[in-house]
Amino acid sequence: MHQVSAVQAAEGAEFNAPGPGDFEFPPIFGEGTFFTKPMLVIVLGTLVIGAFFYLASRRATLVPAKVQYMGEGVYGFVRNGIVADAIGHEGRKFVPLLTTMFCFIAVLNLAGIVPPLQLPATSKIAIPLFLALISWVVFNAVGIRRHGFVGYFKAMMFPPGLPKPIYVLLAPLELFSTVIIRPITLTLRLTLNMFAGHLVLLVTILGGEYLLVEKGGVLAVVSVVPFAFSIVLTFFEAFVQVLQAYVFVLLSALYIAGALADEH
Amino acid sequence: MEGNLNMVGYGLAAIGPGVGIGLIFAAYINGVARQPEARGVLQGIAILGFALAEALAIIGIGLAFVL
Repeated sequence: MHQVSAVQAAEGAEFNAPGPGDFEFPPIFGEGTFFTKPMLVIVLGTLVIGAFFYLASRRATLVPAKVQYMGEGVYGFVRNGIVADAIGHEGRKFVPLLTTMFCFIAVLNLAGIVPPLQLPATSKIAIPLFLALISWVVFNAVGIRRHGFVGYFKAMMFPPGLPKPIYVLLAPLELFSTVIIRPITLTLRLTLNMFAGHLVLLVTILGGEYLLVEKGGVLAVVSVVPFAFSIVLTFFEAFVQVLQAYVFVLLSALYIAGALADEH
Repeated sequence: MEGNLNMVGYGLAAIGPGVGIGLIFAAYINGVARQPEARGVLQGIAILGFALAEALAIIGIGLAFVL
């Protein structure tokens, strides 16, 4: 489970509190290669998603069978529940991108509670960073293509119907908020939610294990408490992981809708 | 007393989002209580608002570890 803690347990040392250092992983095959545990999670996740949608769409019938029903359920959830509400009928060309993002983020998040892997790969900042950059490029490109380069920034920074002096305050704030803050908060929201959740699970599970193995006696009986807590928190983590995938895709859809919106 | 000032900062920073999320879901519960048919529409808005308010608390805990 956790190598350092096992060594400490053998020596009877103090509790080694988990921290950001627990998110560093060495390469699996040989030194200097890129294939670390997060990479393994990403590769497995991609294969699982690809296999699922391939099986769901193979020999598709009008009245769906089991796997096709689940695949249509996921696709329908993103298309009807997220994109139709946010963007409307123009959103159909964005549904494949947003479904892919939703499935990718959800599967990578859920890998945090699947026993052999137990690492939410999205807790490493690179993956949410590039997903947020994809979202950023898409909503800016869509806006620029709809309104023209100058028109897009004009519609963003100077929304009509406000008294003139407010624009002095509003325009730089809107520019900063839309172009710079949005990808940053998308990234940080996703990665830090996964980081904090994984850390909390590590604390409860390793703390329980420390009490059980290290201390023994009365404290070993007390270790039921952190273990029970870790079970509760695992279920809560599963909920948060799917929720964060939903929120990421919902916000991306809303940003695209905002870029497409015609004020006049 | 040992410890890290970062964590005290995070604890203080979590007050705001805690209150904010409470207000958001209070509004959601009120809305659904007044008009139960609006539940589906309001749920999406409530989740969106929750995620935006939560983001600040999450950035707080992230920076508490990093800085």
